[in-house]
Amino acid sequence: MRIELEINGDTRSADDVWEGESLLFVLRERLGFPGSKNACEQGECGSCSIYLDGNLVCACLVLAGQAQGARVTTVEGLAEDLDLHPVQEAYLKAGAVQCGFCTPGLIMATHELLERKAQPSDAEIREALAGNLCRCTGYEKILDAVRLAAKARA
Amino acid sequence: MAGPANEVDGLGRCQGGKGLEFLQPTSLTEALELKAAHPGAVPLAGGTDLMVDLNFDRLRPEAMLDLTRIDELKQWWPHDDLIRLGAGVSYTRLVSEIGEYLPGLAIASRTIGSPQIRNRATVGGNLGTSSPAGDALPPLLAAGAEIEVASAGSSRRMPFRDFMIGPKKNALAPEELIVAVHIPKARGPQQFSKIGTRNAMVISVASFALAIDAGTRAISCAIGSAGPVILEAPEADEFIESSLEESGAWDARSRIDNSVLQRFGELVAQGARPITDVRGTKAYRQHALAVIAARTLTWAWDDYMASA
Amino acid sequence: MRAPTIQKRTEQRGGVGESVQRPDGVPKTKGEFAYSSDLWAENMLWGATTRSPHPRARIVSIDTREALATPRVRTVLTHEDVPGRKSYGMEVPDQPVLAWDDVRYQGEAVALVAADHPEAARRAAGRVKIEYEVLEPLVDPETALADGAPALHPSGNVIRHIRIRHGDQEASAEVVVKGDYQVGMQDQAFLGPESGLAIPDGEGGIDLYVSTQWLHIDLDQLAASLDLPPSKVRITLAGVGGAFGAREDLSIQIHCCLLALETGRPVKMMYGREESFFGHVHRHPARLHYEHGAMRDGRLVYVKARIVLDGGAYASSSTAVCANAACFSCGPYNVPNATIDAYAVYTDNPPCGAMRGFGAVQTCFAYESQMDRLAKALDIDPVELRRLNAMDTGATMITGQEVEGPAPVAELLKRVRNAPLPPDGDAMDIRTLPGGVSNTTHGEGVKRGVGYALGFKNIGYSEGFDDFSTARVRLSVVAGEPQVEVHSAASEVGQGVVTVQMQIARTELGVQQVVVLPADTSIGSSGSSSASRQTWMTGGAVKNACEAVRARLLQRAAQRLGKRHGKLTLDGANIVSAGSGSVASISDIVGDDPIEETKEYHHRKTFPLDPRTGQGNAHVAFAFAAHRAVVDVDLDLGLVRVVEMATAQDVGKALNPQAVEGQIEGGIAQGLGLALMEEIQISQGRILNPSFTDYLIPTILDMPPVRADVLELGDPHAPYGLKGVGEPPTISSTPAIVAALRDATGRPLTRVPVRPDDIVGLDGQSG
Repeated sequence: MRIELEINGDTRSADDVWEGESLLFVLRERLGFPGSKNACEQGECGSCSIYLDGNLVCACLVLAGQAQGARVTTVEGLAEDLDLHPVQEAYLKAGAVQCGFCTPGLIMATHELLERKAQPSDAEIREALAGNLCRCTGYEKILDAVRLAAKARA
Repeated sequence: MAGPANEVDGLGRCQGGKGLEFLQPTSLTEALELKAAHPGAVPLAGGTDLMVDLNFDRLRPEAMLDLTRIDELKQWWPHDDLIRLGAGVSYTRLVSEIGEYLPGLAIASRTIGSPQIRNRATVGGNLGTSSPAGDALPPLLAAGAEIEVASAGSSRRMPFRDFMIGPKKNALAPEELIVAVHIPKARGPQQFSKIGTRNAMVISVASFALAIDAGTRAISCAIGSAGPVILEAPEADEFIESSLEESGAWDARSRIDNSVLQRFGELVAQGARPITDVRGTKAYRQHALAVIAARTLTWAWDDYMASA
Repeated sequence: MRAPTIQKRTEQRGGVGESVQRPDGVPKTKGEFAYSSDLWAENMLWGATTRSPHPRARIVSIDTREALATPRVRTVLTHEDVPGRKSYGMEVPDQPVLAWDDVRYQGEAVALVAADHPEAARRAAGRVKIEYEVLEPLVDPETALADGAPALHPSGNVIRHIRIRHGDQEASAEVVVKGDYQVGMQDQAFLGPESGLAIPDGEGGIDLYVSTQWLHIDLDQLAASLDLPPSKVRITLAGVGGAFGAREDLSIQIHCCLLALETGRPVKMMYGREESFFGHVHRHPARLHYEHGAMRDGRLVYVKARIVLDGGAYASSSTAVCANAACFSCGPYNVPNATIDAYAVYTDNPPCGAMRGFGAVQTCFAYESQMDRLAKALDIDPVELRRLNAMDTGATMITGQEVEGPAPVAELLKRVRNAPLPPDGDAMDIRTLPGGVSNTTHGEGVKRGVGYALGFKNIGYSEGFDDFSTARVRLSVVAGEPQVEVHSAASEVGQGVVTVQMQIARTELGVQQVVVLPADTSIGSSGSSSASRQTWMTGGAVKNACEAVRARLLQRAAQRLGKRHGKLTLDGANIVSAGSGSVASISDIVGDDPIEETKEYHHRKTFPLDPRTGQGNAHVAFAFAAHRAVVDVDLDLGLVRVVEMATAQDVGKALNPQAVEGQIEGGIAQGLGLALMEEIQISQGRILNPSFTDYLIPTILDMPPVRADVLELGDPHAPYGLKGVGEPPTISSTPAIVAALRDATGRPLTRVPVRPDDIVGLDGQSG
């Protein structure tokens, strides 16, 4: 099947998509957006978090056809030109990036949290990011990054 | 045998083009027609269960029937003393929009997965999967929900207890789709608690829902992840109703004795039919249910006592 | 005569000791960093693996015809297609590349498929018809050890037995405590799945892009099995999504290359999460029997221990894990007499090998549990008992080795003891309570507990292994500015070794612009990113190479400038003399003639353990840490929330303080996971929970704040005095949490992960 959708503001399409492919596979393997990561493909780790029509979702749990005509924002679409998005900047500064495999998903989830709640409490941060597993950092520096990004907005 | 000899593309597709088809109706009528024409099609909403099976090569149906383009399924509205909840309403919306009417379901919804999961997953999905670990299911049973299912040209409603008939088994006919859930508006405090060995993002080891009907002075419980289906606990219900009646606690709005709470917990545990599996032992499930039953009753009763 | 000017050394930005941002951080935050699973090549095929469903079976026949007839499929390979050595392994090459007559664990690879769509490859992999004669698996390590057990390998079932006999074997004590402990099978659970891309060069050679911990040990094994000269096999490190020991052994490496060489096309392989659980080794489950003897005043007299590690089907790094378990079996304490027997045993369970902490984790849980038990028997405060027996510089290990360099065990303990305790939880916010958002308590049944633990382990490789790292450093002038290029084969697995190489080059050569080239096999080995060794070893190699470049630079400057300036030194990017100040810039001297040096770094020599007594100077250095855990336990439900972890650790020298903290916090999270939730559950050799739904790792709601006290005492043998950082946080955090649980519950809790059943007392354990 043919899939056409808007990714980070541009219309993209893929042909010969097998009907069983996930949106994550189509993004990564067919459309050249490997930023969303394939850590578990069962919605447990949040590494493939993207916006689908404005909602934060795991791209691995969206069947490609379900995204037909949808508006998708991936981690590749956050930074404008050469500048990092403030959330990306905060992750870098706080030392919240180690192997980095969880980072794109966490950055998307943080972005979504701060859109909803500009100055979240620690408990709110933890609840909002509970769907994003990180195996390297122990999350302490991730909390620092979210606080830093929130402060930058204040 | 769907062997390679007659397969044309290595993806399960044979001569004539049949493979995994993707069907995307935009109205309920169209969906029901498609389901009638493709009874083997698997209805798909948020994908939080089914996509795992697809990704892990456990599910290769003849077709996937996407229900996310059907606006009718994404609506909810109050009618009379009920809420009609479209099967496609996400848990995120349940948490933020419906807590006033269905507090038990809202508490349970908050415990489901993560924000990403709650943005996609739906009550219809939990019903379709009919896992005993479906977190939304105990509150539906405790609240006396009815499930509305439809096929091309007809529809029917059945109580939840008639709908779920076994682990991952329900009363849905091959040509039917789950359309909505009709849930009485809460007439008193409701509670939900779920046991997991992690403090978030966890499949329940056991769960418990409780609804107080302050009008009829009834209490109903439901047990999750501790039997082949979501279980009622009629003996616990009857025991606590009569204890409260006898002690005059309904009118006095007085505390429930610890001995009564404990007995209530025991009866709930006795009503469970758990097994030992990778997530927990039979003994622990029983033990934990007794504890969370007593606690949730206390919390709900505290709310009742505090209500005017 | 002009008075000599006192030169203040110019501060170099981004050098050693600063929290420099990682150079791969920008692409990682933008989603542009190329992990091994992100790779793509024109005309690429996808590989898939057919695995044994049985833990133990004989292969009767393999029929690939139906798989091969599947449309889109290009090739199907079996053991017959392995041109070179049919088996592999880092220490013992006992694991078949593709199984031929026996399979020894569930998930063992038997056949390979390449197709032009992953779905077609998977379907065809399922169509490889393998007839098995299914055998009863041997899954209990004690049974495998017993006389008369069927031999799973020609060498028998004992992979290694380490015997330590230290001091007086007949020593007696006034107080004796015994205990039996168990550690479950933990998974490294890195997030980036095993993956890589192999590209044939058309001339019989191959390029492999892969995530791994040690490029050159992969190269050796690849060349042997592909029957190619090492020069025909080139490996480049692709982006690594975490490792923690699980990328020491081969996964897709040989398979992917076999498929690519056979088809003549690029082949990508990528495991899914379920396959990943079968695709790498795990932490050894252990059963440990301990006996501690002490005087009434608390001084340890002896320790006796029997340690059985389940190595699973193949050796992997079991021999070294076994040695570590034995050497560190008594903890960082003065133990004058020890009788230790540690065994690593073959079974039909999944193969076990390296994971952060490497043998020291299992024994630390046991000996620290014993220390608490002993404290109770003696009615001494557990912290005081530890302080009383704490090792210090000059102490003698149970292997007879003297502990040189700082061993601030008592100091570390004092620091965590004196750290302020966290405030009480907020009963109004369920997110701060055990059970979290699952709404299991509003404060009912919740009790706080506090526990302590100490741990230690070796840094680097032991037992006489001549471990080394290689680095090439090139100083040139680019657009008028000096630039340093650093090249090594050190695997950046997230820990920050690229950043550290850059920092060292800046400090040593005073040059701001440093480029670290991708790690590959075109340079000599850097050894493994494991054993907390990479900053020490590759850091040392980069430092050596920089020093050699600097010497040549100054030599060239002296030649060019004559002798009139006297002795020249480098200050920042300037060449200075004591008499004349700055006499030239690096750019002046280097010009268009770059200076390049390649150097190795070898750590000091170590020696084997005596096979009869386990005595010997087997280790390079030791690293120590102390942990204090504060937990809230729901006594009725057995659910736990760790409130805070306090730690003190001597890191020798923090080359990058922020990265050091990151290692400490991340290491503690893995220790917390082992304490409370992480276990690969196995029944009759079969994994019951190969998914992130049922193999649980801590979320951000499970991991508490960490209060880290980092000491920099400087190791005399190490570059900059640094010690490894990565492993100690994972070692003693687990027993500290369990000690806190015992404090709150009064229960013995002799097994990790601790299950809710154990806390509420459903397993027959009593207080």
